[in-house]
Amino acid sequence: MALQQIRIGRALAYVAALAVSAFILAPIYLITISAFSTFDAIYEYPRQLVPRDVSTDTMSLFLHSDGIVDSLRRSAIVAAITIVVCLAIGTPAGYALARFSFRGADPFQLALVSTRAFPLIIIAVPLAVTYLRVGIDDTVYGVAMAHIAFTLPLTVLVTASVFAGISYELEEAAMTLGCNRFSAFRRVALPLALPGVAASAIFIFVTSWNEVFAAAILTFRNRTLPAQLLAALDASPLPHRLAGGFFLLAPALVVIFFIRKYLLTTWGRVAR
Amino acid sequence: MADIRFEGVHKTFGSFAAVDGVDLEVKDGEFMVLLGPSGCGKTTLLRCLAGLERVDDGRVYIGDRDATDLPPRRRRIAMVFQSYAVFPHMKVYDNIAFGLRMQKEKKPVIEERVRSAAELLHIEELLDRYSSQLSGGQRQRVAVARAMATKAEVLLMDEPLSNLDALLRLEMRAELKTLLQSLDATTIYVTHDQIEALSMGDRIAVMNKGRIVQLGNPLEVYDNPADTFVGGFIGTPPMNFLEAKVSGSGAASIIEVSGGSFEFPGDVAALAGHNLLLGIRAEAIGVETATAEGLVRAKVIVLEPLGSHNLLTVRCGADMLKVSISANLFPLADSDVWLRLEPARIRWMDRDTGTAIHTGAEQLATETAVVIS
Repeated sequence: MALQQIRIGRALAYVAALAVSAFILAPIYLITISAFSTFDAIYEYPRQLVPRDVSTDTMSLFLHSDGIVDSLRRSAIVAAITIVVCLAIGTPAGYALARFSFRGADPFQLALVSTRAFPLIIIAVPLAVTYLRVGIDDTVYGVAMAHIAFTLPLTVLVTASVFAGISYELEEAAMTLGCNRFSAFRRVALPLALPGVAASAIFIFVTSWNEVFAAAILTFRNRTLPAQLLAALDASPLPHRLAGGFFLLAPALVVIFFIRKYLLTTWGRVAR
Repeated sequence: MADIRFEGVHKTFGSFAAVDGVDLEVKDGEFMVLLGPSGCGKTTLLRCLAGLERVDDGRVYIGDRDATDLPPRRRRIAMVFQSYAVFPHMKVYDNIAFGLRMQKEKKPVIEERVRSAAELLHIEELLDRYSSQLSGGQRQRVAVARAMATKAEVLLMDEPLSNLDALLRLEMRAELKTLLQSLDATTIYVTHDQIEALSMGDRIAVMNKGRIVQLGNPLEVYDNPADTFVGGFIGTPPMNFLEAKVSGSGAASIIEVSGGSFEFPGDVAALAGHNLLLGIRAEAIGVETATAEGLVRAKVIVLEPLGSHNLLTVRCGADMLKVSISANLFPLADSDVWLRLEPARIRWMDRDTGTAIHTGAEQLATETAVVIS
């Protein structure tokens, strides 16, 4: 009786897990097979769920259309700059918030959160005007700066809480064993914070890669991929859109796949 | 050579004086225990020595060097933390090798020293594990091995046994003592556990409210407390204190406590003009079943058999006393017993200041100590 109940419960859990997975995976799957189908297959109705003939027609149409490769490259550059700058500034800032008590630490944290309280739409026009005036409009650096502004506060807060969870005694132990302040951070605190830093990196990448609004208003000719796709959305045929969707999706999955290793570091505890 | 000297060390946190003027000399190779209740400043004093806290005033010398302004890594110390602080992201081997690698030792040297430290602490088979795969006792061994591997001249231990369960603590205590005797490092050991302090230390510095209140070897500190705090803090049960009056003089003075009075053969000149507290250890009180000359009557409140001896709580006039008696003696509750307060074992305290008054009549345990070598 009890055993049977456990079995039913377990079966229900699996059904639920499958349903959630299907909900997430189905669109990814459909976009992916569409991106690698012939044009005919894309317009077919009902849809074929198993691709019959794999083709790169759709892909090559997408990649050969104007400005797509360039915008892909720009998106990658923007994301890379955003990640590097955010982690380079955000990780030490988070460490400082976690380790040192200084005047204004609490208001500073509040200020960090409140930066997210302003909708971008409100500051869009002044921001664009400022960019024009300074002369960084329509550049990857300009877009990267905007993305850094969006993601840096959360990076600081996330890494601060990660470092706060790492006992300071570990760093002190390292210092009695021959480390100075910095090498104790680098050899002990930083490796232990890596899962949290990796999570921040994923968040930063996905935010930057998918960000469309700021990219669209701050660039005109040199657009990132989402901005480029958005601009061409009305005018582009269905295969083009599906291939674009695939390109927005795939890199994020690839990046998450590679960072996953750090995300799940457990040092001897059984990882599941 | 690494003797240690604190000179007028002060450390305050905000308005709280954690260490309030400590002078202390620790000899080369000595095992010094800092003992005191939580918040007495013993850990802060240790951290000042390690360089993890900056002293606000005073100097700290390690060997012949003024270490006051040196960072921890330049002080040639090794420390075992209360939480062990074993690095979770490194295997046991790398934990023990950490200090050696920081000293840029050659690989075979590191290998050899890690092995020998692991051997001393019986953790050779754990070298390949991570901290999370170890028990508390094993982590403790790793922390000690890591501190020993660097062969520092000064070994600092901050309550290293307090997170172990009772049985393991007992085992580790003896093992650690043996181990440290074989090293010639100067050791400073912080604990709030007076049994640990008595059992391990060459000397004990008892601390209270940021100051050292007594410094001496374990027997001295136990037997001849410098004040009521030390008497009450050290020993289980703590020293008994009774209000007392002395009348008469010379060889025939009378001591009056609330439960009665008895003759005191010693010289009482030093006691004149003080409000007195009579301090006496539980095992220095004799228990008789019938009245006789020089005994004080008391009523049994409760008897606690402890196996090796019985602990008796009695009411003697207005005072409650703890008396330890032989394991085969069972006075029942509410029965009357007669107490013999051993005159030579009585310690006099000033009731107002709490400090000890020495009459010269005290018999000290150190005088009768028998050393077998």
